[in-house]
Amino acid sequence: MKVVSVPPTLDGRTFDRLVEALPEGDASKVLFDARRLRWVDPMGLVGLLSAGAVVQARTGEAPLLGLPEGGEVPGYLSRMGFFREASAVFRSDSKPPSRGSGPSDVLLEITPIKENGDIHDLVDRVQGRAGAILSRSLHYPATAVVQFSVILSEVCQNILEHAEAPGWVAAQVYNWTQRLGRPVLVIGVSDLGRGFRRSLESEHAARFGDRWSDPSALEAAFIHGLTRFPDSGRGQGIQQIRKQVRRWEGAISIRSGTARIADVPDWDDQEPLGSDLHPFPGAQIHIVLPARSDDGA
Amino acid sequence: MGLEFMDARSIDVSRLVERKVASLYSHLVTRPTGRAVRMAIEARLGGVSRPSVSLIDLSEVTVLDFSCADEVVAKLLLRYRETRSGSETFFIFRGVAEAHREPIEAVLDRQNLAAVAETKPERFELLGTRSAVEHAVWDALERKGVLTFEESRSLFPREVERSVLDRLTERRVALRSGNSGAYHALSGFVSGEGGPRDGGGDG
Repeated sequence: MKVVSVPPTLDGRTFDRLVEALPEGDASKVLFDARRLRWVDPMGLVGLLSAGAVVQARTGEAPLLGLPEGGEVPGYLSRMGFFREASAVFRSDSKPPSRGSGPSDVLLEITPIKENGDIHDLVDRVQGRAGAILSRSLHYPATAVVQFSVILSEVCQNILEHAEAPGWVAAQVYNWTQRLGRPVLVIGVSDLGRGFRRSLESEHAARFGDRWSDPSALEAAFIHGLTRFPDSGRGQGIQQIRKQVRRWEGAISIRSGTARIADVPDWDDQEPLGSDLHPFPGAQIHIVLPARSDDGA
Repeated sequence: MGLEFMDARSIDVSRLVERKVASLYSHLVTRPTGRAVRMAIEARLGGVSRPSVSLIDLSEVTVLDFSCADEVVAKLLLRYRETRSGSETFFIFRGVAEAHREPIEAVLDRQNLAAVAETKPERFELLGTRSAVEHAVWDALERKGVLTFEESRSLFPREVERSVLDRLTERRVALRSGNSGAYHALSGFVSGEGGPRDGGGDG
């Protein structure tokens, strides 16, 4: 049995380590060993589901998932709706913990995006609960819930229109005391579709010639707003998301294929463009929105 | 174009959403939804052969994303920019709240379009791509409501400003009477209470 070691902290930064550990397809049985998992954010959650789905597709068999038996992680995974989605991806020897019946503090549980109506449901749900969280935890104005909903809508449409495959989205607020000294809202989106390079190549690859690659495709979409559609009204979604994220002094990155591109604020230290990453299908969008600081930033 | 034929119509987008998208969507998000709403609007306008001012009412819309705005605002204007089926259609977007402004401005800028929006009751603004002189001339016309040909020559003695008036009519954010040559602000054809204002004559 091939064992995939899940990093103890699973987020946008450590997702690549998980990808690098995945078997290429020669293993018939795979165990995702997450018994040492101590902290996972929405990018980690949707990334773990995606990694499991990739292994299932490669081996033809649902991988086994081993989780911590105690601590806060299983309950947190339950509140985030992880087990509901994981049941179609992983096998598990243990029974998932109950989700509890109390009010949830989750901003957006892991939500599958398969069709247009899923995005409407998601926006409806977020409108009902995000306003209080955004204002109480992040000190955003009451109107921010609309811009937040627009961000979610546009990132999810990216799944349906460009990936042409289903995906997942999740969002939650955390206190990044050590790293940033204030709370942040994290959005994670992942699909297993064709990725940006394949999505754009029929329309744009010829112009790039030998330079056409995952990094150049990401630059074309992220920086220049290119899409595969000839319609000049297309390609605004990512541009407008970037604009709003910048306004909130947030970070956004997109990983696709073997590359990652990012808008990096002052408080972050990731590379604006990373290449030669371990290949992974589809696209993964990671957004971090920090609370407004006391000086109003 | 004789303004005695002006047909001011009111289209409530939220009701169109209910009717055409099976009451599922209370927010205007996603491109397919925007496309369905635009097609519903076009269907309602399909039988109109006379010039018309159409109100697109966004008052009940909370979330408007960029993809939907591109369909319901930009593509709608683009499709009616040229005369269709012998008719001329002008649009006013009513109930444009602060949260709608950014997606609407973005999609208009992207297509080099301008649109008239009622941002508060009885307060009309020109949104989208416009030069400073276009904005100033449109604003002057909006304040006056109607400018006779003589008044327009007096108010705008410079040829460049008068040409801008004509440019505004070509961009469908003002209109000119074919009978009298008077220029009209689009806001003059709608009431402040959600329905078409009576009249629409040459004033």
